[in-house]
Amino acid sequence: MAVTPKALMRALIAAVAILLAATAGADDLHRFDDPALQARYSELIATLRCPKCENQAIGDSGSPIAGDMRTHVARALRRGDSDDDIRQAMVERFGDYVLYRPRLEWRTVALWAGPGVGVLLGLAAIAAVIRSRRDERAEALDDDEQQRLDTLLSRHQGNDDQDRSHQ
Amino acid sequence: MKKRYWLFVPLLIFVVLAFLLWQGLGRDPSHRDSALLEKPFPAFSLTTLENDERTVDASLLEGQVTLVNVWGEWCPTCKREMPQLLTLAERGVHLVGVDYKDTRDKGQGFLEEFGNPFALNIFDPEGSLGFDLGVYGAPESFIVDARGNIRYHHTGYITPEDVEDVILPEIRRWQ
Repeated sequence: MAVTPKALMRALIAAVAILLAATAGADDLHRFDDPALQARYSELIATLRCPKCENQAIGDSGSPIAGDMRTHVARALRRGDSDDDIRQAMVERFGDYVLYRPRLEWRTVALWAGPGVGVLLGLAAIAAVIRSRRDERAEALDDDEQQRLDTLLSRHQGNDDQDRSHQ
Repeated sequence: MKKRYWLFVPLLIFVVLAFLLWQGLGRDPSHRDSALLEKPFPAFSLTTLENDERTVDASLLEGQVTLVNVWGEWCPTCKREMPQLLTLAERGVHLVGVDYKDTRDKGQGFLEEFGNPFALNIFDPEGSLGFDLGVYGAPESFIVDARGNIRYHHTGYITPEDVEDVILPEIRRWQ
């Protein structure tokens, strides 16, 4: 069966419709009169991860649990809980998985310090290589080599003087 | 020529990283560590599905090892899970259900149709107990020890193999 432009168009329209349907679930977002609360709400639902979905923030997800979590966040904000309290309440129920930005703890030290340690190790390796090459160059010459070097240098210097005399 | 050994360091790093990443490939991305293990079952005060005048709380789970199963009439996998739960009840496991985000009529109809392995069902229409349990999709099951502490969390469907291989050993472990 050949793909006609008409069929392609139809497939495209279907794809767009499916996408629209998939995002429609996320429209039950809560509204606040206070812009400061609204901003905290937006920040929280963008940084808490939906436990059901593999990789969506609760503000992006149409799954029922994401809706429950948004409601919980909104209720806690109205009650006056701090952002940390709200995150902690979510972690107590759903685990560290819900935090997009892992907290600094003993078991997350490698995660946070790893890149820095990697860069330091890389710099140390580069420094070690440079130093070893410098040491190689500074190795003392034996008498024969020194003599050859001296002749080469003096010959070169002679050329230099000649060049200058042409000017 | 001892410095030649340094040439193997990048290879070593590569091998270690490749091994770690390869292991990560085999992991189930939907697996979550439960946040509630070793913690007391969350406090609640809800009526039972069977009787809207009987209120129960977390003390209900003290005294014996209990398998708490979170289900709902709206949940297709829960229907497939019922035969396994009935088997567990026959094998002497004490089961308590949580009818999660359901209506009383539908919940009761579900038990009439698919059988009732539960000693009792907690009726949780708003999903508040489910939320405190960190439930993100029914069915989920918890093993609660005789002191009321959560010892095991099974997310998703208990397969017929899980009955013998996972659930019964876990129950015995905490008895």
